[in-house]
Amino acid sequence: MQFSENWLRTFVNPEMDTQALSHALTMTGLEVEELTPVAPAFENIVVGEIVSAVKHPDADRLQVCQVKVGQETLQIVCGAANARVGLKAPCALVGAELPGISIKQAKVRGVESFGMMCSSKELGLAAEATGLLELPADAPVGQDIRDYLDLNDTLFTLKLTPNRADCLSILGIARDVVAMTGAPLSVPTTQPSAITTDKSISVQVQATEACPAYFGRVITGVNAQAKSPDWVVRRLERSGIRSISALVDITNYVLLELGQPMHAFDLDKLQGNVNVRLAKAGESLQLLNGNTVQLAADDLVIADNSGAIALAGIMGGEPTSVTDVTTAVFLESAFFTPDTIAGKARRIGLSTDSSYRFERGVDFGNTANALARATDLVLSICGGQAGRVTQSVATLPVRKQVTLRYDRLQSVLGIDIPYATVGKLLTQLGFTFTEQDHVFLVQAPSYRFDIAREEDLIEEIARLYGYDKIPAITPHANLAMLEQSESRLNVAGLRDAMQSQGYQEVVTYSFVDEAWERDLLGNASPIPLKNPIASNMSVMRSGLWGGLLDVLSYNLNRKQDRALLFEVGSSYHTAAQGYAEQQKLAGLFYGDFQPEQWASDKREVDFYDVKATVDALTKQQAEYRVETHAALHPGQTARVYIDGKAQGWFGKLHPKWQQDYNFPKATFLFELNVDALLHASVPQYQEVSKFLGVRRDIAVIVNANVQVQAIIDAVKMAQIPLLQQIQLFDVYQGKGIAENKKSLAFLVLIQDTHKTLVDTEAEAAMAELLKILENQFGAELRN
Amino acid sequence: MSDLNHLIAEAQTDFIACDALPALENAKAKYLGKTGLLTDALKGLGKLSAEERPAAGAAINVVKQAIEQALNARREAILEAAQAQQLASESLDITLPARTQSRGGLHPVTLTLQRIEQLFHSIGFDVANGPEIETDFYNFTALNIPENHPARAMHDTFYVDESHVLRTHTSPVQVHYMQNKQPPLKIIAPGRVYRVDSDATHSPMFHQVEGLWVDEHISFANLKGVVQDFLQKFFERDDLTVRFRPSFFPFTEPSAEMDMSWNGGWLEIGGCGMVHPEVFKHVNIDSEQYRGFAFGLGVERLAMLRYGVNDLRHFFNNDLRFLQQFIK
Repeated sequence: MQFSENWLRTFVNPEMDTQALSHALTMTGLEVEELTPVAPAFENIVVGEIVSAVKHPDADRLQVCQVKVGQETLQIVCGAANARVGLKAPCALVGAELPGISIKQAKVRGVESFGMMCSSKELGLAAEATGLLELPADAPVGQDIRDYLDLNDTLFTLKLTPNRADCLSILGIARDVVAMTGAPLSVPTTQPSAITTDKSISVQVQATEACPAYFGRVITGVNAQAKSPDWVVRRLERSGIRSISALVDITNYVLLELGQPMHAFDLDKLQGNVNVRLAKAGESLQLLNGNTVQLAADDLVIADNSGAIALAGIMGGEPTSVTDVTTAVFLESAFFTPDTIAGKARRIGLSTDSSYRFERGVDFGNTANALARATDLVLSICGGQAGRVTQSVATLPVRKQVTLRYDRLQSVLGIDIPYATVGKLLTQLGFTFTEQDHVFLVQAPSYRFDIAREEDLIEEIARLYGYDKIPAITPHANLAMLEQSESRLNVAGLRDAMQSQGYQEVVTYSFVDEAWERDLLGNASPIPLKNPIASNMSVMRSGLWGGLLDVLSYNLNRKQDRALLFEVGSSYHTAAQGYAEQQKLAGLFYGDFQPEQWASDKREVDFYDVKATVDALTKQQAEYRVETHAALHPGQTARVYIDGKAQGWFGKLHPKWQQDYNFPKATFLFELNVDALLHASVPQYQEVSKFLGVRRDIAVIVNANVQVQAIIDAVKMAQIPLLQQIQLFDVYQGKGIAENKKSLAFLVLIQDTHKTLVDTEAEAAMAELLKILENQFGAELRN
Repeated sequence: MSDLNHLIAEAQTDFIACDALPALENAKAKYLGKTGLLTDALKGLGKLSAEERPAAGAAINVVKQAIEQALNARREAILEAAQAQQLASESLDITLPARTQSRGGLHPVTLTLQRIEQLFHSIGFDVANGPEIETDFYNFTALNIPENHPARAMHDTFYVDESHVLRTHTSPVQVHYMQNKQPPLKIIAPGRVYRVDSDATHSPMFHQVEGLWVDEHISFANLKGVVQDFLQKFFERDDLTVRFRPSFFPFTEPSAEMDMSWNGGWLEIGGCGMVHPEVFKHVNIDSEQYRGFAFGLGVERLAMLRYGVNDLRHFFNNDLRFLQQFIK
């Protein structure tokens, strides 16, 4: 909502300057977003009249003008094409300071010049201008231009919250200024117009719930081509509304002044009487903006005998609109309930000044008065004869009494506010009330749609009392400790683990390119957004790798040659009922295993480096199975299982993706379900055996395709007596080992925890181990 | 026998000439070995008379001891020299860089969130979470924003389907939490939120922290107190104050925008208010008995102020040259 300060001050004129008024508005809930002076600071510019103009003797495009600026007449050399005898225009006198120009007495091509005739651009009133600013013929010569054009004014732009529909007018803002300052309100008076024509349109409202009040009036003999007075044009323009024609300007003026949306129909285009009803099936309407809309069954319309002629409270129809040949109008001032209008304009892609107000709530107590005000303005500007007011008034909303308890007010706000102040503020708000035992029974006026419960009143008192006066007090509370499970780790710990392994955390978008989901993650049906902000952010991610690869790409393009990245964030999935989210930890490792350094040999990261990270995160509880993933190299992919449940993947980015992304080196990726990483067990002490174990080594040759994990699992499964631990320490292929074979060397820990180990028992355990290796894996003992 | 004394000087000369232990052992043999000069001299004692023998023996022993002493001294010197040489050969340039992995770090949004969580945890706030694909009910209706309410237009919502949205704020977590727990309650709910808005100062995805305290005597002044305390501790500045400006959120009343004093002016850092009775009604909490306050803080905003970041877009570009400035 934008308005002119001077206009507001005709309603209420508190003793505060522009800045103070702006601050007061902001601090009582009408946030001032912007203050813009109407004109830059300048002086010594007056209305001048060109009384003679002759061609400059030495310049084709210049004229030497004699300009009357009061008693005096000045000689001024002027280059504007529209400078001519009889023209009135702003004239900057010697000594005037304009934006970027100082006016001095000067010789222009040899001719003395004592000032400058100005365009609106030179005055800083417009960005562009052609020629001098032409003033009306009746502009008083010599008057200061600031006074004449009312330039000592400031535009206020308010950022109004949706609950304060009552402030969508000069009157409404003025009422709030009264509430905050106690200054008197002065509203333009409206006299009932004499009824000088017997023409009228009868009004029938079928949808009385949607339209509880409708007032209409015929005015005949109007001059639609009358010019809007400067003050109307100026106030409209300073509210951001362009002047169109006197009749339209008047409806807009009343809208801004009183907050009542008005409509004027061309009487001669109406067929029969007016009916307010819901739209009929198949009905359509050509709106003022030229668009034809198909009406829905819950759209409220104004109709005549021919059908719908206006979309109630939103926009009038083109066929019945006023034009410059209109000679009679039917003026409408109505109250449509917020529920009726809410969402309707948006449905057809519109938001009008009218719908904006109706869906938030228009003062149903001022409908008739607004019609009277508009009538006054039409008669005084366009002339004509007013008919009688036709109306339909059904049940208007009732403002119920709201209880305000003084002690509740004080305890909710945490302040001591004098009892008398509460009553005073309620009165300044225009509320009526009775009081008993420190309880106020309050009745809000018709323009307040937001006062329905005690909290609404507490807020009103608080904002007028001043949020600034409310102290900052930390609360007293009963202390109880928060629960702290030792068997549940937290995500911060995982982040620290990643960080200490050299990984940098990133944050990528939850919505991604559909192609990433489909091709990279093999998700044929990702969750789409109905209104994505961009096509490459159109579906919800089911995994985090797309984002990580994108970050890698971004950084490789900026000359990075290594990256260790991780992200913790949600993935999104469809579920039996609605959607499910799973928090994931994903990582990416690209480039050399270590930064280039003197003390280590340079090598690229490999599968087992990343496996170490996954092992650490899973506390070595994971089982790795060979499965395939669309993003990964089929020979270097592991699916991660914890307690038999699949909890993630890791492996090498498939070479085809490496090529697609244009990465010079191999990339390794992993992704794990965070929840599976947060389980821990509370340690339970077990006796440390005082009998020491022995280490035996064994090396065997097996087929190259035998999985080491299978061997270890089989040995564990066999539960060989006294064998406490088996661990691989060497893998060898090459000279001395057949082509499709490999040598595996294990260290074996044998220990009797109850007595001293006997050598023969150790030998027996090793023999049993070898037997398992031979029988189950075709192993041969290596010499 | 007096001619034995010259052996001491001879032996010393011989020993000094030895640089290593084997040579020293050879030199020792000349004097103290089985056929060494002193051994021979001792053997010759038998030829002397019983009267002469003690004096002669004592004289030989004096010489022998002197030679042994010279031998030991030389042996120690050789060992010391050898060790000194080993130490010298093993000494390093300790200023050479360590063998190292790169340093990792956390995203500045995470650093900010962790700091917020720690501060609120210190006065007993629990951390609560909720879904990001949220139902229309939790994101709007339960927060007193019915369908077609003009406040919905303030939210620039991403829609997933007819009844689901990407949450536009972290406030729905309040509702989930209060449905499951009884007052008194103290939680913060950090997380990602989404709005259809993208320019230099808006990201379609950003982070909020919602705070909620419900108890019997909670007041608007307490809200101001907690927020101000938080800001002072977060920025480690005792002089920070908070200013409340009246505002409107359907789920709080009275509502306020929170401004923080900063470099002589005021900066908007979030919205807050007293929990609206309609919200309590949706979760069956008696609003006569209990009151509560709620606030929502913009995490990126706090991160920008705390770390001097001048452009919101840095947070989501993930340029390593930006991110690695936050390695602690």
